Amino acid sequence: MTGHHEVTREPFEMVRKKKINLKESFFLSLIRMLGSAGAIILFIILSFVLYNGVHILSWDFISKPPIEAMTKGGIFPVIVGTVLLTFICMIVVIPIGVTTAIFLSEYSKPGLLLKTVMMSMYTLAGVPSVVFGLFGLAVFVVAFNFGMSLFAGSLTLAIMVLPYIISTSEEALKAVPYSFKEASLACGATKWQTIRKVILPTAMPGILTGAILGTAKVSGETAPIMFTAAAFFTPGVPKSLFEPIMALPYHIYVLATAGTHIEETRPVQYGTALTLIVLVLGMNLLGIILRSRQRKKRAW
Amino acid sequence: MVSSVGLVSVIVLLLIGFFLFKEAFYIFYKAGAMKVLFGTAWYPTYDPPSFGMLPLIMGTVVVTFLTAVMAIPLGIATAIYVAEIAHHRVKEFLKPLIEMLASFPSVVLGFFGMVVIAPILSNWLSPILAEKLPELLRSTNIPFISTTLADFCYNKLFIASGLNISTAALMLTVRAIPVISSIAEDALTAVPRTYREASYSLGANKWETILRVVIPASVSGLSVAVILGIGTIIGETMIVLMVAGGAAVIPYWIFDPARPMPAAIAAEMAEAPYQSLHYQALFGVGVLLLIFTFILSLISDFISRKYRAVRIGEKI
Repeated sequence: MTGHHEVTREPFEMVRKKKINLKESFFLSLIRMLGSAGAIILFIILSFVLYNGVHILSWDFISKPPIEAMTKGGIFPVIVGTVLLTFICMIVVIPIGVTTAIFLSEYSKPGLLLKTVMMSMYTLAGVPSVVFGLFGLAVFVVAFNFGMSLFAGSLTLAIMVLPYIISTSEEALKAVPYSFKEASLACGATKWQTIRKVILPTAMPGILTGAILGTAKVSGETAPIMFTAAAFFTPGVPKSLFEPIMALPYHIYVLATAGTHIEETRPVQYGTALTLIVLVLGMNLLGIILRSRQRKKRAW
Repeated sequence: MVSSVGLVSVIVLLLIGFFLFKEAFYIFYKAGAMKVLFGTAWYPTYDPPSFGMLPLIMGTVVVTFLTAVMAIPLGIATAIYVAEIAHHRVKEFLKPLIEMLASFPSVVLGFFGMVVIAPILSNWLSPILAEKLPELLRSTNIPFISTTLADFCYNKLFIASGLNISTAALMLTVRAIPVISSIAEDALTAVPRTYREASYSLGANKWETILRVVIPASVSGLSVAVILGIGTIIGETMIVLMVAGGAAVIPYWIFDPARPMPAAIAAEMAEAPYQSLHYQALFGVGVLLLIFTFILSLISDFISRKYRAVRIGEKI
């Protein structure tokens, strides 16, 4: 793919080298400069958090609970909270998301229904995260009476990440070649057998990659869990689904803005921020690497 | 069975709309929709309370505008760089980097704004702009510059607090660049190769081709990118909550503090008693946010349907 790209590109490069146009080179370098701004800013923020947080990270920091009004000790229950929140969210959202994707890619026919479903997905993807938080508060916390709890927060996050899971799963399902289906159907398999035995297994790596990237998105979210799950402090790790939890993003926010020890907890804030970044970007990187390997490995 | 599950996103969206309207209905009904929407006093905890949402709405509008001014050129430029200019090795490195920036936790961006950008603005930039610069201008003794311009700098460039809408806009720009650029890049890549080849064969150089051929051919996709970027900015909560300053007044200048709508919800929900007027007013703000983003989604969906611009959905 890239090799082909190179070959066709060559003649234009030669034309370009012949006459150096001042206006052209000015604008191209301007675009280069503006275009790398995002990457540079990411680099600056990353190195800042790394510089301030790396000497705080230690085994004790990630394995011990906070002590002395959170100015000392670790963030073990906070990490556990985020991991549980994300895990339960994924357990809830993946079956629903994948089923929806199967409907969209295998069963739906073009028409008003499909249009409505797609439209609602786009809209859902654009709804602000704080609005999901309000919804979770009104429905899961109050109407279903789950209270501020791990379960309410997970369900809120599940609804938020649903459109993403649907569209990545759908993409994975659509990438399965039509000949696979034809072969299976020709062997006498029913449509459902074909989906279960041929299409889903083939699409599974893609679906899981989408889920990993979704996990990265969910674990960094603060606004949806603010009124549905997260507490300033809980004694230890949660013992049931219906207890409030501490979570990494909320921990950063609350230590940096509320309470009487904002300056004293600064090191903990940096450490928590670094932990969150490592978690989110690590998951992200894993997903991106898996995805590009799958694309390269694809033999059909 | 499968087809009923297929409707799950429709049902969820309807439920969100229903529950938000249900909780918010009473505030618009009791206090009067016009009075709530265009009232300039947001004093939810006073006695009697006042729920004029205009300061919050204007906070969002002004912050979004400031951010858009920076984020749209930077986002589009990033897309052009990645799609058209960068060597394919640089591209392979930049694309995942931008994708990672897109899922960078916004609470860390807010935290960075609080501990780095805000002190830089108030402790370092403000003395230079509001003290050193006017002094320098006054000493020049040139009519307009030494009087009007110097006074302007002295009065207007003084930054009382680093937590203001400029800092918020700066951090929101970081948040919006990857959203805009990833959609815009899709739109640029979708322009057929033959268009570029035709342009080159007529003797156009690379910049002319980008400006006159590739951008016009992908303008609908680029506008979808911009609209969805604006949607992201409007709904972004943690950054405006942490660095916008939090004052519920209409901002008139770029160094004024503000309390945009998401920040109001996030900051006040914890202290609003269940089913109180304040609680309902915050749901009212949520309804407005939902309507704003719904309109933006409708527009972008319309554009991408009509012009087959880009496949949106997995990008945000």
